[in-house]
Amino acid sequence: MSDHEYTPKSKLGKWFNDRLPLLTLSNHLQEYPTPKNLNYWWTFGGILTFCLITQIVTGLILAMHYVASADLAFGSVEHIMRDVNYGWLMRYVHANGASMFFLAVYIHIFRSLYYGSYKSPREVIWIIGMIIYFLMMATAFMGYVLPWGQMSFWGATVITNLFSAIPIVGESVTNWLWGGYAVDNPTLTRFYSLHYLFPFLIFGLVILHIWALHIPGNNNPIGIDIKKPSKDTVPFHPYIVIKDLFALLIFLIVFAFFVFYSPNILGHADNYIEANPLVTPSHIVPEWYLLPFYAILRSVPDKLFGVIAMFAAIFVLVILPWLDTSKVRSAVFRPLYKQFYWFLVADVLILGYVGAMPAEGLYLLVARIATAYYFIHFLVILPILGAKEKTLDIPMSLTEPVLGGSPKEAMVKKNKEI
Amino acid sequence: MKIFFKPFLILMIFLSYSFSLSAAEQSQKLLEPGWSFKGFFGKFDRAQLQRGYQVYTEVCAACHSMKYLSYRNLSQPGGPEFSEQQAKIIASQFEVTDGPNSDGEMFTRPGRLSDKFVGPYPNEQAATAANGGAYPPDMSVLVKARKGGADYIYSVLMGYEDPPSGMILDDGVYYNKYMPGNKIKMSQPLMSGAVEYIDGTVSSEEQMSKDVVAFLAWAAEPHLEARHKIGFRAIVYLLIITILVYFSMKKIWSRIESKV
Repeated sequence: MSDHEYTPKSKLGKWFNDRLPLLTLSNHLQEYPTPKNLNYWWTFGGILTFCLITQIVTGLILAMHYVASADLAFGSVEHIMRDVNYGWLMRYVHANGASMFFLAVYIHIFRSLYYGSYKSPREVIWIIGMIIYFLMMATAFMGYVLPWGQMSFWGATVITNLFSAIPIVGESVTNWLWGGYAVDNPTLTRFYSLHYLFPFLIFGLVILHIWALHIPGNNNPIGIDIKKPSKDTVPFHPYIVIKDLFALLIFLIVFAFFVFYSPNILGHADNYIEANPLVTPSHIVPEWYLLPFYAILRSVPDKLFGVIAMFAAIFVLVILPWLDTSKVRSAVFRPLYKQFYWFLVADVLILGYVGAMPAEGLYLLVARIATAYYFIHFLVILPILGAKEKTLDIPMSLTEPVLGGSPKEAMVKKNKEI
Repeated sequence: MKIFFKPFLILMIFLSYSFSLSAAEQSQKLLEPGWSFKGFFGKFDRAQLQRGYQVYTEVCAACHSMKYLSYRNLSQPGGPEFSEQQAKIIASQFEVTDGPNSDGEMFTRPGRLSDKFVGPYPNEQAATAANGGAYPPDMSVLVKARKGGADYIYSVLMGYEDPPSGMILDDGVYYNKYMPGNKIKMSQPLMSGAVEYIDGTVSSEEQMSKDVVAFLAWAAEPHLEARHKIGFRAIVYLLIITILVYFSMKKIWSRIESKV
């Protein structure tokens, strides 16, 4: 926060700011120089902050009416849906909010992958982001258990059982997680407690994520370092604020469509059947946002290695800044990487699709190939590309055009006209 | 505006992908009789819900409970909207166990508006035992608990057929075209004329099935009408404010030499 010295105008403001520089912080946030060429994929950071706050606020209200007990949980959710004023709205916003949160986070992550936002000097932002993503998955998983429907119960059983694959201590770890010898009331109550805690951990990490972002500043579609502040940047307020707001409103329209017109389409019908340990659903599927990892888990024949593969799929993302050795950030100037990027997007979508299908026959084969490709992309293709790929010429700044054909020529030309 | 469309397009592709995920498993094509409560302005048909309640209480309620509904719900806005007086009379026709009283005894009394629907069996085990080992599921959220929702329940009600030749069914098991596995332990519940509608509607199998499924859909989603109404307003409001913000954004960004 060393942009320039800021002194509050009023005497009281100065007195306070000398003791706690909140006004300096507020001033920094307003004036924070942001590249002016950010496209709409950059608005998802703000959207995600909105999602987190929405989840916390609706969750807080739901927690006032929900009862964490294996006998009463399902009924208390129905109580919320029927008897609590606007309880149905709170619950549908919360449940669909989780899906919208993940939709936004996937766009945010894939934006980062495309424009190389994880590369030096932004590795720490990226790693904090990955920890947030991991905590989000844990939070969402535990939240899905709380209504104590069939999918809640059996999803919890399948996922917690994964820990029993750990050699020697697996069984005791699983029993420790369950608080007993099966998923039951103690499991539900501890999941509830942790589901309440994790969002606040995420909130803290989001602050660190933004703090870490404000040290080097935003990456941008061209992926070059920008002098700050300069004529390549705009102050965060009002330029980025209004643009983020506009994008958020579009996002909210989609959100509202789900909440009001198909609130259950992203859920599973079986979760409206109360949990029954004696009846197993015909096939158990997690929520859509976990499906790619579920596909990776099931594509490995051995349980232990399946679990390892699943966690490794997240871990390769954490170490991505060191796997991608290319000095060029943006895919705009990396013709080969651009193609492999879209292969990866397709690969993850395929993994998501086969994750929802029974693990047999052709689906299993496709899942195995897609899993293998996922790891090949990060562990083989990216390191090789960094060394071999011939990248395009990179402009020196947003306003100085490059000689020769740049993919962003149109934009550069337009800037020149002005 | 042009750069804004591309993300939107890709977003739409993602959404349609997730829709296709959820629709991927459907095998037997369900009957779709068309429901008044579907769509942006979907509402329940009060008369249909009242008929549906009659079918439920005279036929289904013999085996199926509806434990999350209260009698007062019958007179609430957005539902069958019986008058409060009618709902009170309906409630009073059921015997509710209450207590203990000051002597420590349990006693029965006529139902009140605040009581939950009285079920046919004291517990799940009793219900299972009385129905040849198949528990008749609670109907409070049944429409939401089945893939295909209202269409699926309607299809099952209409899907009783003679089993194909060669298929041997055990005693108490019936063939149903739409039931997964085609075997169902519930005998065909709605034969023509099973109920005599108070409003004089002809009680064909189709009519009763439609009415009772509409009633079940309301029971599963009692605030559906409020949801549609608020949703429409919310989206119109969002569209208006989005347009206003769009033009403010254009104005603000016109101060500098860049496009937004």
